[in-house]
Amino acid sequence: MHGLINRSIQCFTRDTYGEQVWAQVMERADTGYVGFEAMLSYEDDVSYQVLDALALVLSRTRQEVMEDIGTYLVSHEKIGAVRRLLRFSGVTFADFLHSLDELHERVRLAVPELIVPQLTLKEHASGRFSLHSAWEHPDFGYVVMGLLRGMADDYGALVFMDHQGVTKYGEVISIEVVEADFAEGRSFMLGSDAEAAHG
Amino acid sequence: MAEENEMQLQDMEALDQLMPMNLHVSETGHITHAGPTVQKIFGDASLEGMRFLEVFEVRRPGGVNSVTALQKATGRVLHLTFRHDPAGRFKALAVGAGDGKDLIVNMSFGISVIEAVQNYNLTSADFEPTNLAVEMLFLVEAKTAVLDELRQLNGRLEGARVVAEAQATTDMLTGLGNRRGMDLKLADLMERNERFGLMHIDLDYFKDVNDTLGHAAGDHVLKIVAKILRDETREGDMVARAGGDEFVLLFPRLTNTERLNDIAHRIIAKLEQPIEFEGETCRISGSVGTTVSDFYKSPTAERMLADADVALYASKHKGRAQATVWSEHLAAATQAEMANAPPSRETRH
Repeated sequence: MHGLINRSIQCFTRDTYGEQVWAQVMERADTGYVGFEAMLSYEDDVSYQVLDALALVLSRTRQEVMEDIGTYLVSHEKIGAVRRLLRFSGVTFADFLHSLDELHERVRLAVPELIVPQLTLKEHASGRFSLHSAWEHPDFGYVVMGLLRGMADDYGALVFMDHQGVTKYGEVISIEVVEADFAEGRSFMLGSDAEAAHG
Repeated sequence: MAEENEMQLQDMEALDQLMPMNLHVSETGHITHAGPTVQKIFGDASLEGMRFLEVFEVRRPGGVNSVTALQKATGRVLHLTFRHDPAGRFKALAVGAGDGKDLIVNMSFGISVIEAVQNYNLTSADFEPTNLAVEMLFLVEAKTAVLDELRQLNGRLEGARVVAEAQATTDMLTGLGNRRGMDLKLADLMERNERFGLMHIDLDYFKDVNDTLGHAAGDHVLKIVAKILRDETREGDMVARAGGDEFVLLFPRLTNTERLNDIAHRIIAKLEQPIEFEGETCRISGSVGTTVSDFYKSPTAERMLADADVALYASKHKGRAQATVWSEHLAAATQAEMANAPPSRETRH
């Protein structure tokens, strides 16, 4: 898997639980690595070994941990890039949801080697959606769900989400946008310098 | 007739949606309508009623400084700048409208879109949804983030490379050069045809220290020896631990055998000073064999190392704690002796 994925797990662990927990996780995962480089490639198994070790160390399920990683990716101050790149896709949370169909292509545009789940959004009724996350690697739908939770906060939308399990189209996440303007979202400027200047 | 040519308000709104940076320019060269985005970036003063060529300078094609010239430039790419703000650069296309004397000018930021978004605080609502500007910004952000990661990765790899390089040529116990470091330095001296002295030092009685006091004592002694060798040599000299208790010293630009012998004797004297280790006293000495590049027409590393070894062997033979400089005579004597009685000393490499 792409180093960015393993690197995300590493940064999430270090920024949330500290350097010591990361060292503990790597010792338990026994992958032969002590850390990961974002721009290198690693064997697929490595990511799951690390995720399982992390879940064990934190006494949580792998799925819960993956969901937290998704939220971390778009909400942690240290990595503004992912949030910014996602915010480019839509002015409102609903716009953003519709743009998820393009996420696969957008990511490929940014980092050609980085492969992420193929997402397909279905709108059932106004504000009610289901999102299919198809990928050969299991449980990444949870990362997607965590990421959506983070983005909903970012837009200030009140959203209910639930992981519905796996169908032949992949993992399914049900999404209900209860209120699009529930809270004040974070500001977003197209020009990154402008945003920094305006706080 | 004129009324028919005038655009309906509805059409105008549609045009503003399609092209938020459009301008209508009348036959007299006055701006009669400005799209919302071009008005936003121009500022508070209304563009409507201003003369197009007083607001914009047409940088290319050249010579467009009258309405007539502007009308003739329809269908061609125009490069415009704001007269009040040269940082405002645009690409534009003018087409005839109505009876052909009015113009509709559509503008874009071209490659300066990134700066424009920052300078003018633009949002995606300022671009028509079909405009690729937002995708372009996305790409620039993504590229910046990726380049940043790569730059950091390069930094870490370079750091690791420098450390690995140093480790590959360093003896970890003593911090001296190792065999590989010595080989590299020798090759370097040869390549640059530099004159230099080469000294081969073998510790005496070191094995006794190891056997009676243990390896920790041995390691301690080796570290002390390393310090002595560094202290007795100059900054640019190479001190390498070539094997267990063997050291090779390289002295660039020093081929005076008398001086080298002085150094050798000073080193031996220092090596013979007792070394304390955890209440025990370790006593060692050293034997030295020296050669210099001046002895050879075309010196090679192998030849010089072998000759220093011959000289070292002679020192051992003389009863240890000796320093010997290689000579043709010594070589012949050693060969003769070796033929009679093979040395009991361990084979060295």
